[in-house]
Amino acid sequence: MDLTEFLVKTATIFAVFVATLVIAMYSTWAERKVAGFIQDRSGPNRAGWGGLLQPLADAGKMFFKEDFIPALANKWLFIAGPSLAMLTAMLASAVIPFGSTIRVAGHEVPLQGVESNIGILYVFGVVALGVYGIMVGGWASNNKFSLLGAIRAASQNISYEVAMGLSLIAILMMSSSLSLGEIVSQQHGMNWNIFYQPLGFIIFITCSFAECNRVPFDLPECETELVGGYHTEYGSMKLGFYLFAEYINMFISSAIISVLYFGGYNYPGMDFVYNQLVNALGTETGHNIATLIGTAVFFGKALFFVFFYMWVRWTIPRFRYDQLMNLGWKKLIPLAILNILITGAAVLFLKPVITAWLN
Amino acid sequence: MNSVVSFFYFLSFLTILSAVMVVVSRNPIHSVLYLILTFFTLSGHYILLNAQFLAAVNIIVYAGAIMVLFLFVIMFLNMKQDQEESKTNLTKIAATIVGGTVFVILFGAYRKTAIEPFNPQTYDSQIGMIESLGHMLFREYLLPFELASILLLVAMVGAVLLGKREIGERHF
Repeated sequence: MDLTEFLVKTATIFAVFVATLVIAMYSTWAERKVAGFIQDRSGPNRAGWGGLLQPLADAGKMFFKEDFIPALANKWLFIAGPSLAMLTAMLASAVIPFGSTIRVAGHEVPLQGVESNIGILYVFGVVALGVYGIMVGGWASNNKFSLLGAIRAASQNISYEVAMGLSLIAILMMSSSLSLGEIVSQQHGMNWNIFYQPLGFIIFITCSFAECNRVPFDLPECETELVGGYHTEYGSMKLGFYLFAEYINMFISSAIISVLYFGGYNYPGMDFVYNQLVNALGTETGHNIATLIGTAVFFGKALFFVFFYMWVRWTIPRFRYDQLMNLGWKKLIPLAILNILITGAAVLFLKPVITAWLN
Repeated sequence: MNSVVSFFYFLSFLTILSAVMVVVSRNPIHSVLYLILTFFTLSGHYILLNAQFLAAVNIIVYAGAIMVLFLFVIMFLNMKQDQEESKTNLTKIAATIVGGTVFVILFGAYRKTAIEPFNPQTYDSQIGMIESLGHMLFREYLLPFELASILLLVAMVGAVLLGKREIGERHF
């Protein structure tokens, strides 16, 4: 790897990092605006135009509040909880392909932190670790409500990870690759996985709601039963980090949904736009601008799913705990296994027939 | 000493340190967290050996699922400081003897094994990649693979049977 490639890579990783943080920050604003829209009120509109400075005001408030640690809490683990939540939330963005390639001085550099042939397994591993922040923080608070919230989070995450992994297997059977970049480039030309895997998509998005602890699966912080759940004892920026990690998780899972099922940076008429730009501006500038349009489309898709998360939050009430477990174990897992069987049969028997018929 | 070797020594130091801390920690939650750290450092070793699939699966299965269950169960137990001193001298002596014997056996086995020297000509650096692992698993070791999956299925059915509520049992 020479210097140009290294610099483009560094700039990409930095840009991804900053974009994730800024999107998470403005998701808090967007959530309150969407809530206001759905409940027929204005939402935040005092700080800045349309309340746009509200996230900065909130962050300022949280930083200057008293940083309180309960006397009987386990001090180090109490601090480690929100740190782990932030760390695991930020880790997953490393393997997401945000665009195709950038051409700089004869080098093609993919717009992706790390191109790895186990990309999807990495994401799955990081998602599996996400629960530690909540568990460690909930236990270290030395509070019954926090502990119950932490235990709920753990059992919920473990239950829904199974169905999530099984719905991913159907995608992997079709793409026969674990690399996210490869999965996206296979969906080129409106060949999006959503058309082949509608059932898998529904299972995956339900499980990602549960993994992000969003309504209707926000039982770990269910305030009608558990005060504040795992973050009952938290205040100041430590609470802020927990909430922030949730918004980062939302953005990352939206990005992964659009990579796996909605073609990532692919959009209809992509080749036509690419040819026009390359003819007009030359192979380097034209290629780069086409890539940036693809990246903008990708962010549009991801932000739509962030909006979808908020939409669902203000539409559907919270599940009861036994309903949550029944849905996970008795409905989603059998459905996911059925989806694998159907996909396997289609890949083995239907695909050769259709390919022969088309040629 | 090149950077990979020095990284290997650093990682090994971290692995052994966290493994020792698992045993030494008085608080069981700390032990579990150190054990998770040990799994992470082991995954680092797998990555150094170019076995990325093994590294990812180690994190998913051990750190992501089994250790969460460990933590889950330990959080339910109410650990009191005074219960810890209930170990008698007999238990301590027995534990020392068993631990020492295991150490002697392991050390003897280590001394006896002849590790084949590594041959740069025939060595394939891509051997640990997921593609070659898949080919190996589904071509040459298909039967053991299927038998292992049947074993897991049987264990799963057994667990479901044990957890199932019987007719007439109290409904919580």
